[in-house]
Amino acid sequence: MAQIVGGITTSHIPAIGGAISNGLQEEPYWKPFFDGYPPVHEWLDKIQPDVAVIIYNDHGLNFFLDKMPTFAIGAAAEYHNADEGWGLKPLSPFPGDPDLSWEIIESLVADEFDMTTCQEMKVDHGFAVPMSLLWGHKDKIPVRTVPIVINTVQYPLPTPARCYKLGKALGKAIEASSSDAKVVIVGTGGLSHQLDGERAGFINKKFDLMCMDKIVNDPEVLTRYSIHDIVRNAGAQGAELVLWLAMRGALSEKVSKVHSNYHIPISNTASGLLVLENAA
Amino acid sequence: MSSAAKKIEAIPGTTIFDGAQSQKGYQLNKMCYSFNDAECREEFLADEDAYCEKFALTAEQRDAIKARNVLQLIEAGGNIYYLAKFAGIFGLGVQDVGAQQTGMSVEDFKAMLVAAGDD
Repeated sequence: MAQIVGGITTSHIPAIGGAISNGLQEEPYWKPFFDGYPPVHEWLDKIQPDVAVIIYNDHGLNFFLDKMPTFAIGAAAEYHNADEGWGLKPLSPFPGDPDLSWEIIESLVADEFDMTTCQEMKVDHGFAVPMSLLWGHKDKIPVRTVPIVINTVQYPLPTPARCYKLGKALGKAIEASSSDAKVVIVGTGGLSHQLDGERAGFINKKFDLMCMDKIVNDPEVLTRYSIHDIVRNAGAQGAELVLWLAMRGALSEKVSKVHSNYHIPISNTASGLLVLENAA
Repeated sequence: MSSAAKKIEAIPGTTIFDGAQSQKGYQLNKMCYSFNDAECREEFLADEDAYCEKFALTAEQRDAIKARNVLQLIEAGGNIYYLAKFAGIFGLGVQDVGAQQTGMSVEDFKAMLVAAGDD
């Protein structure tokens, strides 16, 4: 029986990957953001998870509009990063855990979450930047991964309530699996931001801080928002909050907040970082 | 064509990328998606018209590509995630794209983002 040890929320902005490869962590623009991460590293060193389930949205690397799954899951032994159009050097492949992936798939589909299963899946910045932020300072990535993709590109998007329920089913699947792994769930992206339209640059600190508070001990409040409500309050790409809700759904009802950091701006975005530990 | 997104209150300055937009912009987005591949980016730069022809872009989409105008590209069905790959060909990031759409200088756009932290 695998054990879910806790969850992390983190930004996945592409510019962060650039800042890491150029060693800009101590620059005044970046420092308040990167200073949030050493306590996360300490927690991970203490907990030593074996597997990370990374919940993210593909931004047009693996999936195009020809076939756009609402929910997809990787079932590969290895996941490859690739050029997303900006000519950046792809990161080294990330190890998978196909046995655990398939056990999760069996359980999710039995629970009526009909996932698209991917035995080959390129992972974009939504997956790779969190991996760099959490484990990039290590010589070797110390976790196996299970990527889960939620569509936030083409409407209709799954509702916040549905994504939270997916998380609950995911939690149940992991805990019922035959794996003896310690598992951390990572909800990526967010918080408020908008890239497109005359409203580009929209950020809503008050709404973000409310989300960072409620997601800890009262996440169901956030599941009552529609996608449209979230877009109005958090910007078009603020819809990535659903990725956080899926993460939170997989944790136990009561969690303790180990660490948090909130910073405006990184690129066009407000960045929210949380470490939540499952109740023992 | 009716969609739930259109029946609810519109959000100013925001285009919901629904089925109608996705159908309208399919070829444009398909072209931009091809820019994940460095060879495709080079092919576009070598002969822009021929490349647009290959993807059967509409006249509206071709004009928007020619103008490098993000609001026009969105109007023509473009989705920001694929358009970001088009912008990348010219070394433009999301802050350049944001500045263009809001009619601000890049410096002012960045300052606006920093100021959002003071609220």
